[in-house]
Amino acid sequence: MRALTYHGKHDVRVDTHPDPQIVNPRDAIIEVTSTAICGSDLHLYDGVIPGVLKGDILGHEFMGRVVEVGSASTLKVGQRVTVPFTISCGACFHCRNQEFSHCDNSNPVEKQDVSESLYGHPMSGLFGYSHMTGGYPGGQAEYVRVPFSDVGPLVVPDHLEDEKVLFLTDILSTGWMAADQATVEPGDTIVVWGAGPVGLFAAQSARVMGAEQVIVIDHYPHRLELARSLGCKVIDYHQTVVLEALMEMTGGQGPDAVIDAVGMESHGFENFNPVDTLKQKVGIGADRIGALRQAILAVRKGGRVSVPGVYGGMADKFPTGALMEKGLTLRTGQTHVQRYHQELLRRIEEGEIDTTFLISHITSLEDAPQGYKNFAFRQNEFTKVVLKPAWAKGREEAGRANMAHWTGPSTPGSKPATAPSRDVLTDA
Amino acid sequence: MSHDDDSWLHQPRPTWPPEGHHQNLPYRDREPYPAARRDSGGLTEKKVVAAAMTLGLGALAGLAAYAYLGPSASQSARHAQEPRLTDDAPGRTAKQARFGGFAVTGRSVTIDRPKDEIYAFWRDFSNLPRFMENIVDAGEPEPGISTWTIRAPMGTSVKVRSRVVNDRPGEQIAWRSTEGSGIETEGKVMFRDAPGGRGTIVETVIAYKPPMGMVGQAVAKLFSAEPSVQARRDLKRLKMLLETGEIATNKNQSGKGGKFQKAVQTELQSSPAV
Repeated sequence: MRALTYHGKHDVRVDTHPDPQIVNPRDAIIEVTSTAICGSDLHLYDGVIPGVLKGDILGHEFMGRVVEVGSASTLKVGQRVTVPFTISCGACFHCRNQEFSHCDNSNPVEKQDVSESLYGHPMSGLFGYSHMTGGYPGGQAEYVRVPFSDVGPLVVPDHLEDEKVLFLTDILSTGWMAADQATVEPGDTIVVWGAGPVGLFAAQSARVMGAEQVIVIDHYPHRLELARSLGCKVIDYHQTVVLEALMEMTGGQGPDAVIDAVGMESHGFENFNPVDTLKQKVGIGADRIGALRQAILAVRKGGRVSVPGVYGGMADKFPTGALMEKGLTLRTGQTHVQRYHQELLRRIEEGEIDTTFLISHITSLEDAPQGYKNFAFRQNEFTKVVLKPAWAKGREEAGRANMAHWTGPSTPGSKPATAPSRDVLTDA
Repeated sequence: MSHDDDSWLHQPRPTWPPEGHHQNLPYRDREPYPAARRDSGGLTEKKVVAAAMTLGLGALAGLAAYAYLGPSASQSARHAQEPRLTDDAPGRTAKQARFGGFAVTGRSVTIDRPKDEIYAFWRDFSNLPRFMENIVDAGEPEPGISTWTIRAPMGTSVKVRSRVVNDRPGEQIAWRSTEGSGIETEGKVMFRDAPGGRGTIVETVIAYKPPMGMVGQAVAKLFSAEPSVQARRDLKRLKMLLETGEIATNKNQSGKGGKFQKAVQTELQSSPAV
């Protein structure tokens, strides 16, 4: 089979690998129909996550059809499923507590040592996300072996096209959990750092949960435009003094909850960042926490800090004083996808949540290396890249968020129109 | 100054904002101070302090201060003489986990299965290779005597022959190596109900005389064959096997699954699903 393979920093290629087979009784093999490049894949691409080896297959957002099942799988051949990026056994203490991303049993034992010494406890298994989380071959491939297939995959109805349900596997669930952990209450202002896929879904989720005001911070105009199209207010941190603006936009009280959807490769913001960047570059494993620092300073007293952004190492100048003295609640973690995806599927079916607004490009899997490059270095135009293993090399379609549909910058208070979804287009 | 002198009234008045301040610019683009008061670019004390804080020189300064102001020798001596209480931590977690010639290690794991079931699984020694990496083969050739073939560093193997010295169903299995065994070792595995209905706490304690003493122990550690490393990994595998029915692997070729995956397959084939 063909699969997107890691060769080194900023070097990924589509290589040929042997087709996966059933190894354990609860396995299933999925033929991938759609997969996507995740913002967190860019941390691998940038070489800041340890334990990614040459030859690893990347990708953890994927869906497809079941083509083979092990003797203990509950799936049936031919079913169409989305596969959570977290691998969970469903039987351990954490899985029974619905903390699926903390599963004790999904990371192979010999792979647990690194995270156990780094974090005090081992991480669970994730698809295509370094050997710290199991070194499982990922989903940017034609076929994937899915362990514990009786627990993870969600069977989706055929009338919902791939683009509508693909993001259940990670970013939609992650954005939803970020808002859930921020605890949206009536009258609340929720602020999201980062208008990437997770940030936008977190903002959308906070709106659905009834937030009075959602403010999204970024500096890419096109991404901010997408946030505005969701009914959010936006702040361009290149133009505005963020902390001052947030106080003024909340009547001098500060936001009730803040969401850091940026993670370890934060840009800009403040003077510690050059030092953090240097440390990261020489491999001290430092995280760049500019966005998180600012979020903690911005949130009101007694407020909530929700961190879906990925961090991997350590950081200094962490504002422990603000955290303690303001009585903040800090909630973090990889997403417990299996806790949320059924409810989110229902909301998609009922038309309450739309995920297709985010996609800017749909290309073939063969063109994935170019997709990585664009998603990493042309972030204004490339907001989400979906890959199709069945497409011929070179085929590309524009998604709704493609710049081709952009009519120019919108004004405050307006709600920019986005391109109609594909099914609307085909109906016309 | 006489009251008649009102010349001060005719001096030009200072203005606010000061001259050169561009009132019409948005706040963020305004210059914070008039040109004359702006930083001349020289190395000020403020900048030195800011740079030092950023670079973490504060830590170095703190260290220097500690060396100078820290506890005196007499204070340290007093601390050393204070009697210590015996704490509640298991003995094997002591910083000095070596008792006579014996290295002592141990590990606990909570498994969400009833203790009788886990005891029974363990007591059938032929199950041990299904989750213990370095046990190639194990059995009970005569009641109360178990033999294990243990993979040792650099392609060698060691045969351990031990006697079950304490066997309490559902609670404990303890063993001690017999004379002539390849390694002098004793150990026990204990089973007790976990609180809150969380299953069973399985606790192992192993004491052994490392071949070639501390050097041998260090070599074994290098090859991940040292009992403390092995106990940790093996118990995790036992948990996987009993809770999920299989042992996780990232291999996606059936031929490449290790001995643990093969054992699960063999087990399934020998006892077809009911």
